[in-house]
Amino acid sequence: MAVKTLIEGVREALAEEMERDERVWVLGEDVGRKGGVFLATEGLYDRFGEARVLDTPLAESSIVGVAIGAAMNGTIPVAEIQFADFIHPAFDQIVSEAARIRYRSNGDFSCPIVIRAPFGGGVHGGLYHSQSVEAFYAHVPGLKVVIPSTPEDCKGLLKAAIRDPDPVMFFEHKKTYRLIKGEIPEGDYVTPIGKAAVRREGANLSVFAWGLMVHYCLEAAEAVAADGISAEVVDIRTISPLDKPAILASVEKTARAMVVHEDNLTGGFGAEIAAVIAEEGFEMLDAPVMRVAGPDVPAMPFNKPQEEFFLPGPERIAAAMRKLASY
Amino acid sequence: MATAKETRHLSLGLDSERLQAMYRQMVLARAVDRRMWVLNRQGKAPFVISGQGHEAIQVAAANAMRPGHDWLVPYYRDLAFCLALGQTPRDFMLSVFGRAEDPNSGGRQMPSHFGSAAHRIMTKSSVVGTQICHAAGIAYAARMRGLDEVAVTCIGEGGTSQGDWHEGLNWAGVHKLPFVCIVQDNDYAISVPHRLQMGVDSVAKRAEGYGVFGVSVDGGDLLSCFEVMRDAVERARTGDGATLVSAKVARFTSHSSDDDQRRYRPQAELEALLRRDPIERLRGYLLDEGLMTEEVDERIQQEATAEVDDAVTYAEQAASPVPEDALLNVFAKGA
Repeated sequence: MAVKTLIEGVREALAEEMERDERVWVLGEDVGRKGGVFLATEGLYDRFGEARVLDTPLAESSIVGVAIGAAMNGTIPVAEIQFADFIHPAFDQIVSEAARIRYRSNGDFSCPIVIRAPFGGGVHGGLYHSQSVEAFYAHVPGLKVVIPSTPEDCKGLLKAAIRDPDPVMFFEHKKTYRLIKGEIPEGDYVTPIGKAAVRREGANLSVFAWGLMVHYCLEAAEAVAADGISAEVVDIRTISPLDKPAILASVEKTARAMVVHEDNLTGGFGAEIAAVIAEEGFEMLDAPVMRVAGPDVPAMPFNKPQEEFFLPGPERIAAAMRKLASY
Repeated sequence: MATAKETRHLSLGLDSERLQAMYRQMVLARAVDRRMWVLNRQGKAPFVISGQGHEAIQVAAANAMRPGHDWLVPYYRDLAFCLALGQTPRDFMLSVFGRAEDPNSGGRQMPSHFGSAAHRIMTKSSVVGTQICHAAGIAYAARMRGLDEVAVTCIGEGGTSQGDWHEGLNWAGVHKLPFVCIVQDNDYAISVPHRLQMGVDSVAKRAEGYGVFGVSVDGGDLLSCFEVMRDAVERARTGDGATLVSAKVARFTSHSSDDDQRRYRPQAELEALLRRDPIERLRGYLLDEGLMTEEVDERIQQEATAEVDDAVTYAEQAASPVPEDALLNVFAKGA
């Protein structure tokens, strides 16, 4: 197996799915000749042509709206929103339309689209190139919300998303695009949506995270191991549907639970995981569920000190682990 | 001696049989529409929303399309359109009563939220404007797949103020899509008049700005509507580009059963509306030109009433949805 970056996982999944199924196509701003601002679609334009690798007008609502229409007529669009921060104009199309098409037609219509968007901070993106938006969409039945954290998962989950008969929100942490490298298996494979993955086994506490935070949690777990704390790190991978059995199985093992996300604390998806553990795993707990998250300010500042202050890092997570372990 | 009117309908390739069939579709839609208001007043239908006065442009458009081949991405006043494309009064009344068997939504959506994959009528939400982008997407996919399908979408003039309307028209122009947008301009968006909605008398004037064809038509005159829609659909099918049609129509009813238009429309204006009835206008034409007798007209009216009676009886007796079935069809089975 070859070691590759996470963004190569995106690119390979798109190319292979477009090769496998001519109904699959991509659309978005700058996805064509330029190959995307992060080069996620690099090479696709030359290989598959303009009709299937389409540069769109600068209008996110129509990127999703056109994708929805095209899905009605026998195609499988993969829409790229250039930054998750700019997805908000398409909220109506995603929530009122894509998510409800199967339900409101009582199964007469379905909406097999994928909406990809880079999210997350730590890249000096400031308020409008750093946001985490997963909680908005996790609240919407009818949508699946997937966040890969490794190159292998990125490719396998994106393939699964493209083959899924329902709309899938696919959020890729932009800082992981080139930072995170790993082996990508040769040949065609699919990583099932809805399954969490234990990235590090542990006995004293369980940490649940997704995207970049998985890697920071692994660093933190390594750091606290020196203090004799054995932290289990669970990569949630798909926010929706949520793998509750995997979460509860881990808590049963460790009796202590922590959720880490870079979205701000209040109403973040960590609240839902904490609620699940409280509701279904209360008897297993030896300590209150802890949340480590971005502060409740509107978004991540551009300057380095404040960006670092906002983003939970390995040291902050390790400190929280020590606190939880000693409760 | 042939009159100008006769040459007009013949020049459109419409014989008396075809015109009568379109008249029948309009009469049926009106009968269904009127009955739903009766059901509302009887307390049997919690909510209704109407297309009375809009029938000519809708029936003309449906007859210019290939039903089951071309697509309609509708809005909530398209009752006559959907019936003319092959939905039945039973299909509609099942939705008025919110029955399990309702083919539009299984009783989940309010009435007039049409949808039928079999008829290629895309399922509609209550959101105004989103559908324009869907029609552009359907048209783009048809082009990509090499199919000669046309996507027709409808909206009121109020909806043209939405960003999605603009974005969808822009797509249609950029790609010269097989796309037709019919703006059914009835002068009011609930209570907000045309003059507070836009700075032009006809929204079709915006067409050039999008790179699409624009045409304004008397939406109450079936023949004019048919001519405009025949050309627009032909233009779309042959790859010559998209069309924006502004059809002036009369809104006979209040916005919905939860509205009373007497609160914001002058009495004289409401009375004047009645002279703009598209069904009366076509009826007059058919009788004047000897294309239909009074007896035939009477039979058409009676048959429409009978069909509505049947639909109401059927729908009223049909089963309500099972409560727990509210949990179904969120995702595909097994997905």
